[in-house]
Amino acid sequence: MEPSDHLFRHEAGRMVAALTRVFGLHNLELAEDVVQDAFCRALEVWKLRGIPPNPSAWLMRTARNRAVDLLRRERTARTFAPEYGRLLQTEWTLANAVQEVFDTTDLRDDQLRMMFSCCHRPLPEAAQVMLVLALVGGFGVREIAAAFVSSHSAVEKRLTRAKHTLKASGALFDITDEADFAERLPAVQRALYLVFSEGYHGASEAIVRADLCNEAIRLTRLLAQHPLAATPSTQALLALMYLDAARLASRLDATGNLTSLFNQDRSRWDRGMIDEGVAWLERSATGNELSRYHIEAAIASAHARAPSVEQTDWNAIVSLYDMLTRIAPSPIIALNRAIAVAQRDGPEQGLREIDAIPDRDRLNRYPFYHAAKGELELRRANNRLAREQFKTALTLARNPAEKRFYETRLSESLRSRAPKHRE
Amino acid sequence: MAEFLYLYRGGQRGTTPTESDQIMQKWMNWFKELTASGNLKDGGQPLEAEGKVIYSKAGPITDGPFAEAKDLVGGYTLVEAATLERAAQLAKGCPILERGGAVEVRPIMKLDM
Repeated sequence: MEPSDHLFRHEAGRMVAALTRVFGLHNLELAEDVVQDAFCRALEVWKLRGIPPNPSAWLMRTARNRAVDLLRRERTARTFAPEYGRLLQTEWTLANAVQEVFDTTDLRDDQLRMMFSCCHRPLPEAAQVMLVLALVGGFGVREIAAAFVSSHSAVEKRLTRAKHTLKASGALFDITDEADFAERLPAVQRALYLVFSEGYHGASEAIVRADLCNEAIRLTRLLAQHPLAATPSTQALLALMYLDAARLASRLDATGNLTSLFNQDRSRWDRGMIDEGVAWLERSATGNELSRYHIEAAIASAHARAPSVEQTDWNAIVSLYDMLTRIAPSPIIALNRAIAVAQRDGPEQGLREIDAIPDRDRLNRYPFYHAAKGELELRRANNRLAREQFKTALTLARNPAEKRFYETRLSESLRSRAPKHRE
Repeated sequence: MAEFLYLYRGGQRGTTPTESDQIMQKWMNWFKELTASGNLKDGGQPLEAEGKVIYSKAGPITDGPFAEAKDLVGGYTLVEAATLERAAQLAKGCPILERGGAVEVRPIMKLDM
């Protein structure tokens, strides 16, 4: 029996976090090496003796012993975490000090500490996201490259650079300092939002996308359980993730093909997740904070609660997009708003709204922009224009699933030529 | 501040794993106290009971030291303290005293040119 990748991935985050407390943030790679070693050892030993009854305890113990060996070997050459410094230099206390760190490791605090450390301002957002995935999520370079549809070596380079910056920041983030915590929380929320978006809207393969969404939910739950991090915006973010993730399975059909919101089989939406999302959205409505996550969650909830496209409250959705445009203006939000307007007022009005997007040239490389225009042209039976738009979308498609989706739409626009000329 | 060597002599080591754990935990606490008070210079190391002794260049290397158990040096630590009296007072916190051992406190000699 093979130990699952998920076991290693989940353990990696907590082991790296605990070991970094022993070694100090400046020895981050050492912590990662010890974790790698422990995994290799597990694969060897478990192959012979089978998986132990408590694999995570086994891995932790192995990592702890490897850490003690390493501290012995390197104690004259390196400095380790200053708060343990002297205790790690002498056999009188070495093993006990390491044991103590592992014993007092609070799984949640360790992961939060690392998450907050990763969202360090000098790092670009994309780098923060990669660090969170690598160090807290336990994603390997291969998995991150798949998530960002990027090459292995490019991701490796970015990660190395990002870790360098992280190490230079000196020490792990102190999660007990309320002022610092509040100041960094938005960056952490943003990073988790981006992890989720990469999963939900991104261009990677279906299996990677579900992993990203699940990991984003898991980490946002950690935030929502921490007294300082459980703000209304965190709760709204979690609501948004549940409400969107509820529809993830039906976005991709059995053959891995994309299905637009308008054609999804709503019976396949995950009711449990929708309920969870609605409950978090209600919780987030305390206080006077109105974040973009609140509005996006409210939009997602309007979709999730509607029994059909026709019975969706498009008027409310347009108003929510109006609010979102004021808080966080972007051409993509404007495009989504235009689509909602089209549902409410018809395709002509929708197309007019699209043409009125101020910086819409920024959408030119975004396949969905052309596909949306194609849909609206198709709806007003302007098939020639629809075909052109779908063709453009097809050339911009980012993965096979998107490609198949636009191909289907293109052939649809060829087939449904008849209605306009029939009468 | 002056430097002093603590030489730990004698003392019963733990006979069961649980007992050893408890003893080591006491050492851990003591070192933490010394660290917190700024007196710990170098934790030093515990020593195995048996080794070799060399008495002369020409003579044989002999097993040893075979001192009486109560005199056997079991480890050392370097501390910093204002006076010998202070260093001696600090040594009263050493867990070895609970195990029938002794702490010998020796000032580090400064050899001036």
